[in-house]
Amino acid sequence: MQNIELTEDLMAPAEMDEGDREKISRPTRSAFQDGWIRLKQNRGSVIALVILLVLVALAFLGQVLTKNNYYDTNYSAILQAPNAEHWFGTDKFGRDQWARVWYGTRVSLLIAFVAATLDLVVGVTYGSISALLGGKVDSVMQRIIEVLIGIPNLIIVILLMMVMPAGIGTLIIAMSISGWVNMARLVRAEILKLKDQEFILAARILGTSNKRIILKHLIPNTIGVIVINTMFTIPSAIFTEAFLSFIGIGLQEPKASLGVLINSGFQVINSQLYLLLIPAVIIVLIMVCFSILGDGLRDAFDPRMRV
Amino acid sequence: MSSLLEVENLEINLLTQNGTVKAVRGVSLSLEPKDTLAIVGESGSGKSMMVKGIMKLLPKTGRVAGQVTFDGKDITNLNDRQMRKLNGSEISMIFQDPMTSLNPTMTIGKQIIEILSEHKKMSSQQMRERALELLGLVGISFPEKRFSQYPHQLSGGMRQRVVIAIALACNPKVLVADEPTTALDVTIQAQILDLMKSLQSRVNTSIILITHNLGVVASIANKVAVMYGGKIVESGLVDEIFYHAQHPYTLGLIASIPKVHETASELKTIPGTPPDLIDPPKGCPFAPRCEKARKVCQQYQPEYTQISSTHRSACWLQHPLVKKQAENTSEKESRDE
Amino acid sequence: MQKYIIKRLVYLLITLLVITTATFFLMHSLPGTPFDEDKISKLSAEQQRQVYASYGLDQPVYVQYFKYLGNVFQGDLGTSTLYSGQSVQGILAARIVPSALVGIQAVLVGLVIGLILGIVAAYRHNTSMDYLTMVISVLGISVPNFVVAALLQYFFGLKWGLLPVAYWESYACSILPSLALSFGVIAQIARFIRTEMLTVLQQDYILMAKAKGLSPVKILLRHALRNSLLPVITILGSITVNILTGSLAVESIYSVPGIGSLFVDTIKANDYSTILGLTLFYSAFYVVVILLVDILYCVIDPRIRLAPSKE
Repeated sequence: MQNIELTEDLMAPAEMDEGDREKISRPTRSAFQDGWIRLKQNRGSVIALVILLVLVALAFLGQVLTKNNYYDTNYSAILQAPNAEHWFGTDKFGRDQWARVWYGTRVSLLIAFVAATLDLVVGVTYGSISALLGGKVDSVMQRIIEVLIGIPNLIIVILLMMVMPAGIGTLIIAMSISGWVNMARLVRAEILKLKDQEFILAARILGTSNKRIILKHLIPNTIGVIVINTMFTIPSAIFTEAFLSFIGIGLQEPKASLGVLINSGFQVINSQLYLLLIPAVIIVLIMVCFSILGDGLRDAFDPRMRV
Repeated sequence: MSSLLEVENLEINLLTQNGTVKAVRGVSLSLEPKDTLAIVGESGSGKSMMVKGIMKLLPKTGRVAGQVTFDGKDITNLNDRQMRKLNGSEISMIFQDPMTSLNPTMTIGKQIIEILSEHKKMSSQQMRERALELLGLVGISFPEKRFSQYPHQLSGGMRQRVVIAIALACNPKVLVADEPTTALDVTIQAQILDLMKSLQSRVNTSIILITHNLGVVASIANKVAVMYGGKIVESGLVDEIFYHAQHPYTLGLIASIPKVHETASELKTIPGTPPDLIDPPKGCPFAPRCEKARKVCQQYQPEYTQISSTHRSACWLQHPLVKKQAENTSEKESRDE
Repeated sequence: MQKYIIKRLVYLLITLLVITTATFFLMHSLPGTPFDEDKISKLSAEQQRQVYASYGLDQPVYVQYFKYLGNVFQGDLGTSTLYSGQSVQGILAARIVPSALVGIQAVLVGLVIGLILGIVAAYRHNTSMDYLTMVISVLGISVPNFVVAALLQYFFGLKWGLLPVAYWESYACSILPSLALSFGVIAQIARFIRTEMLTVLQQDYILMAKAKGLSPVKILLRHALRNSLLPVITILGSITVNILTGSLAVESIYSVPGIGSLFVDTIKANDYSTILGLTLFYSAFYVVVILLVDILYCVIDPRIRLAPSKE
């Protein structure tokens, strides 16, 4: 079978490096590098990230590209279809839709980011206090959450929106008051799970300080859950804002957000579909991209999802 | 040829993200009626893949080459439909973990009847009777009661008995047992092995037993094949392997069986880890861990040396040139003394 | 089991009490009166007092609160100010049929289409069918229901004139709102079933079924499907939220005389008692669904499902 020239020399005992035996054949990578590589391989996530960056850039720079602004009315140029002067056309007050769309996108993104950040701060604080202190404190904190979780979020938001003066700040506060519960539960569950694991026990036995355990073990291991959950809170905050504005209790004209724009577009849907369509497409793009990116991050960084 | 199952030069590749895993690299073996062939090897040696390849149960990413003959028929190129007729009726399989290999939402009885209705023409009354008979055969008390229970209501050992009952339902010619005791408690392991041994004589089936525990082998098998790095490195009758093993890996495995009467201070182990089958070593797969390795071992793959009509081993140490050299050295040493 | 249900019922009551209390006090801190400012200012002071008294609004807030709680307990949700003179529970009862029709249709359509898509996607994993399902489910989750509703209205109602929009006379009027609402449900279910099924298909008992010589169709129907369907119960809660939320926008867009559009109208009109009643209704509905889901899941012995996964 094999055509080998066998020589006496070949039969000599092989020299071997003892260390070679236990050598691991491929280089090891940290969980983060591993996840990052996987995320980069996920073409959908990369495209979603690029589209999001472009949208964010346009939200801030779109205004600069045109000499029109979002609030100037011009009654001689109302309800124009998209043209060279007004790239996305004009609305019923003759305002430039291009400027309004990007201004609205900026407002929507701002609301979503701030609301998500508040969720994150409150949720992570609440969840980790509950999990780390344990005992009676945990038990009371959990009962509170169990009551809150029974209330549909939107109801709380609607009620708060009615009580407080209309505006961006109110929207953000209303959404955060109901939104942090989910984050708190996730963080608590994750920390409780980690607390029981052997490597934390091992660290304790080795005499690692509490501070170090929190900094070196608990935070790095929960950060994935927090980031991924935030990736899903942002689009849901964008949706909630748009929804409230659409049913008429969110932001009001002449302010613009994607929800306000869709609402005013809907009023003239029969004749000027583009007034609805453009902000609708943008909100859909934002939500789709966040959703894909969130999925990609979860697949890339959640070791349990590894096949 | 009278062989029941003849495997020639079987190769299995699995396509993965990191590259192609060459799980099985040219394996040949044969199984006669009433044989119990034990395939021994550590995790990742390709033993499980090999039997799944024979039964065409590999995941979609698996690619099989080589020839498989069953009962005189070449079954290498059977399509799925034809293979389904064999699986379960002529060749059946027992899986490693009885906790996961039974459908949790289906009663025990239904899971046994299912295989009967697939392969046998029986009335539902006959099938029920046969199922109860099988439950009794594998030593389950109160078959009537167990029949309508769900898997989670049974202990692990009992579930494995059910799995065995399912596997034997259609009187298969070959029973493949993929580490049937690994997931069980030690006391239960012996019971299950005893059961398999006693059933074999009663139902006349050949058994392929896959295990990483050489200790299990001696009591039940009559033939042994030792796998390493996707290849069979040594095969023979059970006595030949246990008392005249030639391959250093087999010797290492035998040495690492803990012995009750010896009070060794330390368990013997084989240092090192199994080879990476995405990029397998050029020479003998065991060479990097072998204490007796020669230069040739790292360069070229060894061929089989027939030690007896039933015993062969793939190791360069069996090569005449190496033997000659070894004799020279030992002569020199004895002279030096 | 009984203990568990009792515990859950206690929570349910506490939750509802918290909601009622919060809602009540929030409503009462609202600026403005629930009445049309122009009309009320034309009345004399004495007449104004009489109007307030007839709605019980002249009494101290805490008296109003306990009175309200007592009434709620007896199933009396108060009197609407927007639809003057009608009882809130009466309005609710009149509005419930269209909402239920639209909602149930949406869930059914969503369930059927979602299941089919999810199963096919998992079974043909990594094929074009799978990708199509993923696209549909990402879109279904990402496209806001009011956008879906608006676009359906534009194309099916206005442009092609296939189905009626913006009025409520015949069964046909319920089709578009149901479709608009079902979109999100389809996405949720397809996505869930796909993931669940992919996990199930990797289980040992599926391999065992193959080793038994079963055909792919039998493996799918007998072994994979049942095990992936049971957990769908767990997402019924979030589907309910989806439908409840969606109904606000969708019913308004299509002028469905249901509870969703009523909610939006009363919010705009500051109709305290109706908003209170509706909030309570929505919350109660949600809380009860969640409770039923949990009990149902306990009844279908969790061990049956927990057994296969190695976690």
